[in-house]
This record gives sequence, C-alpha cells and structure tokens, in this order.
Amino acid sequence: MRYAKRTETAVARSSGSALWRRMSTRYDLYLMLLLPTAYYLIFQYAPMYGMQIAFKNFIAAKGIGGSPWVGLDQFTQFFDSYYFWRLIRNTLSISVFSLIFAFPVPILLALLINEIGSSRFKRWVQNVTYIPHFISLVVVVGMLGIFLDGDHGFVNQLLKEAGLPAVSFLQSPGWFKPILILSNIWQTMGFSSIIYIAALSGIDPAQYEAAMIDGASRLQRVRHVSLPGILPTMTILFILEIGHLMNVGFEKILLMQNQLNMESSDVIATFVYRVGIQQAQYSYTAAVGLFNAVINFILLIAVNWAARRRGGASLW
Amino acid sequence: MEKSAPNRAAGEKAFDTAIYIIASVILAIVLYPLVFIVSASFSDPGEVVAGHMWLWPKGWSVQSYKLVFENGDVWRGYLNTIVYAVVGVCVNLVMTVLAAYPLSRQDLPGRNVFMFGYVFTMFFSGGLIPTYLVVRDLGLVNTMWALIVPTAIATFNLIIMRTFFQTIPVELQESASMDGCTNGRLLLSVVLPLSKPILAVMLLYYGVAHWNSFFNALIYLNDHDKYPLQLILREILIQNQATADLNDPNFADRIMMAESIKYALIVVASIPVLLLYPFVQRYFVQGVMIGAIKG
Repeated sequence: MRYAKRTETAVARSSGSALWRRMSTRYDLYLMLLLPTAYYLIFQYAPMYGMQIAFKNFIAAKGIGGSPWVGLDQFTQFFDSYYFWRLIRNTLSISVFSLIFAFPVPILLALLINEIGSSRFKRWVQNVTYIPHFISLVVVVGMLGIFLDGDHGFVNQLLKEAGLPAVSFLQSPGWFKPILILSNIWQTMGFSSIIYIAALSGIDPAQYEAAMIDGASRLQRVRHVSLPGILPTMTILFILEIGHLMNVGFEKILLMQNQLNMESSDVIATFVYRVGIQQAQYSYTAAVGLFNAVINFILLIAVNWAARRRGGASLW
Repeated sequence: MEKSAPNRAAGEKAFDTAIYIIASVILAIVLYPLVFIVSASFSDPGEVVAGHMWLWPKGWSVQSYKLVFENGDVWRGYLNTIVYAVVGVCVNLVMTVLAAYPLSRQDLPGRNVFMFGYVFTMFFSGGLIPTYLVVRDLGLVNTMWALIVPTAIATFNLIIMRTFFQTIPVELQESASMDGCTNGRLLLSVVLPLSKPILAVMLLYYGVAHWNSFFNALIYLNDHDKYPLQLILREILIQNQATADLNDPNFADRIMMAESIKYALIVVASIPVLLLYPFVQRYFVQGVMIGAIKG
C-alpha cells in the first residue's frame, strides 16, 4: 500500500479528478468519521460557539445568539470582585506546587524501578504503585477523611501517642494544599511513571555498556544515560502540564472543599461550578471560564515556543 | 580514573541495597492505607474507632458489610453505575474505533484536517458552562445519556488507539483489500482481531472512567434514584449522611456504625475495578507502551 500510495500521490498531483477518485473509493472511511465528527462538533465546538455568552447577558428565552451584547462587563465584574485574587492565588499556587513537588515523582520512581535488578520485584513495585490510580476520587477523599479525622483518625492517633495535640487537617486552610498534593502524588505516581518506564526501555543498551567501559558508576549511568534518554518525554509532559496549569484537578478539590477551608480551597473551576451551575449565573461564569481557558492556551503556546527555540522536544 | 574492582563492586552493592530499601518503603506507603481499609472493614467497629487496629483485622466481624448490603441507596447506585458503565463503554469503544481507524490510514486524503480538529479540543475547550448549556438544550439533563454522550470519545484514548492501528503492517491490509475486501470488512475481520490488546486497555480506561466519575452526574442528574454509586459514596463517605439511615437507639453505636460502614463501602465500591485490572494488566506493555511512546 505504501507503494500504491506513492503512485497515487503522483497521479493526484497531475489532476484533481484523481484526488476525487482517491476520496470516493474510500467513501466508507469518511462514513466512519461521520459520527465522531458529529460528536466533536456538538460537544466540543458548539460549546466554543456558546462561549460568546461571556460577552453577553445570557437570557435563556432569547438563546445564545439572541441575548444582548454587554462587551467586557462580565470580565470587569470578575476582575473587580472580592474573589478574584483569592481564586487566582489558590489556582496558581496549587498548580505551581504540583509542578514542583508532584511532577518529578513519577520520573524518580521510573528511574528507581529501572534500577531494580530482580524482574519479579520490579513487576511487583510497578503493579502495586498502579493500583491507587484505579481508585475513585470520592473514595480517596473519603479515605483522607478516615485517616485524617480530628478525633479517631489514624494520624491523630499517632500524634496522641507522641503527646502532640490533635489537628483537624481537613478543616484547616493551612493543611489543604499539602494534603491535596501529597494524596495526588500517592494516587498518580505509579501510573504516571509508565510513560517514563516505556521511554527508559527504549534506550539503547549499548549506551550503558559504553558508560560502564568509561568507568561510570551506577548513579553516574542514571544521571548521564537514563536521564538524558527520557528528557524528550519529560519536556513533552511538562509542556502538556503547563497547558493545563489553570485546570487544577478541580473535581478532587470540590470533594475536599468545605466552609472552613474555603480560604485556600476555592479555585477558578470550583467557583465556576458554584456560581454557574448552582446559582445559574451563566454569562458571568462563562466569562470566568473563558479567562481561564485563554490563559491556559497562551501558556501552552508560550512554553511550546520556548521548547522549540531551545531545539528540544515540542508538541508541534 | 577507574576505581579498583573490589571497591566498585562494593559501591554497586550499596547502590542495590539503597534501591531495594527505597522501593520497599514506597511499596509500604502505597499499600498501607489500602490494607488498613480492608482490615478495618472486617474488624469490630469498636476496635477500629478506638485505634486498636493497626494492620490486620481485630475482632473479626462482617457487620459493616451487612449494613452496606442492607442499604437501599447503595444497591440502587451500584445497579445504576453498572448500567451507565456498560452502555457508556460500548458507546466509547464504537466511537473511538470509528474515529481511530480512518485516521490511522495513511492513504486517506484529509485525515490530518480531521485529526487537527479533534486534537485541538484537548488544548482549548468551551468549558463547563457552555457545555452544560449544550447538554441542557439537547434535553439530556436528568437522563443517563448526559453521562454517556458528552464523554463519548476521550481524545487521548483516540490517539493511543490510532497509534496502535498504525503499527499493524500495511501489507496485511493491502492484501485483504486486493481480495476485494471493503474498508468496513477490513476493519472488522483484519484490524480489530489484531487489536485485542488495545481494546482491552481501552475497556479498562473507559470502564474505570465511568465507574469512578461523579461530576457529570452531580451537575446533570436531579433524581436521587438515578444517582450512580459515586454520588451515594460521596453522601456517605464525605458528607456523613449515613447516620440518618441507621435506627439504632444508642447514639454512640450509631456513630460507630456510620464510621464502620465506610470501610466496607470503600471495599465494595472499588472491588469491580480492582478485579478487572489484573486481567487487563498484561496487555499494558503491548497496548499502552506503544501508544505512549509513539503518541
């Protein structure tokens, strides 16, 4: 087929009717794409069209197109609101702390697993660390409630044994972010390490042999062979991560949120849910959501541009 | 400068020991909470609340499982989730294959246009409110379809599947199409039978996503009767609403029961996914790794 394709391309260049023939003989492939394309148009692109309500005063009876324009009013209302800086601060700090503390963990875990000699033990570590990924967020947050309970939670039992005062972890704003990020690491490190383990297994063994001949120790081999070997993967995942910087895992935050920790747990996405869905202020929260999406998109493009300029791996 | 041989061997040994110790600590950190939950679910609630249970069950009891199975909400939630997950995964698999196969064909004119249109949505999307309005305007609110249709394709899974399809030798498909095989037949009788590993992995991914999701149900479903398991779990585990269901006259016992039902509930809710996992796990290398590296 590769051969066939080459000749067909040549023919296609010479006449438009050949391209038409090439397309029409494969009409059934386009038919297959019909439903998926409809899905993307309805559930991904129609909402993008609907985003215009961010610049309007959405009135359900008039529909998206018929509601009156109000320009940037919704945005200025958000920027001037009491919540604005709190939301920005929480959203950014959770993402930045996650990047600093959670992003390197799967990399270190993959490097560690790669160094385990016994293949049985290696598989054990891999399969066990994957398990938490399959546990639901509701259950994980429920488990946090059990272990961190103010009276009879496991951690407070330990504190009591040590003669320390009990801490109500889940009700305190100060503990919210550490608990969120640490439990995220517990849940995702194993599964996120898969991609790095795959990249590590792709490194040419000859490189390790060469390093050994040069007298490199195990640690030096990890640093000078393994780490550079997975650098492209790290870069790609880092870019993707930055592209979602403002999309903190809000579903878990929502589950962990309560009146007492609101000061540090309220992020843009939970605000959109609370004010948009629960209080039906559609235009206002669509504006907040659009603001969020645009920042993400700009960050993604900027980081990808920087990665390309540096000549490393990039998304496009 | 090269170190002397015995010195180096000792260094290697120390390195190995350190690796094993760190790996064991990680294993313990990951496993401990899980073992604790399972043990607590089989323990006497009094011992657990008093903090006497540390690792293995203390005062063996299946009382909390009885409470879980007597709870009507849990049963209904469980059945709802099974229906949503089974129908949802079928839709997911059909839609993802329909999108991934044509896009894996190098000889399809315009495939990059489609691909770009699909992948773009990974980086920019309309967001919660406009999506909610679309689902509402389609009349899907408070129906099970609100949990299935808006998440019919996960673009990331589509990319993995397309990458897998591209690894199937072109010659195979070519010879089949020379025998007069249509593209539909080709997909059904040549490509899909060779794609069992990736289909298994997709089954796991989509299945787990449906089983564990709660947010769409939270925003789209109004009737408590239609709630999936995760929303029931949220009420009992996080919002502590189980206390009202238990008619024990003794308040202290009631609190204890409300606590102990949590452990059994976590086990019961997580079992299906954890049982599915070992079956699919062996396909990981074939399925995910291929998708991961080339995608």
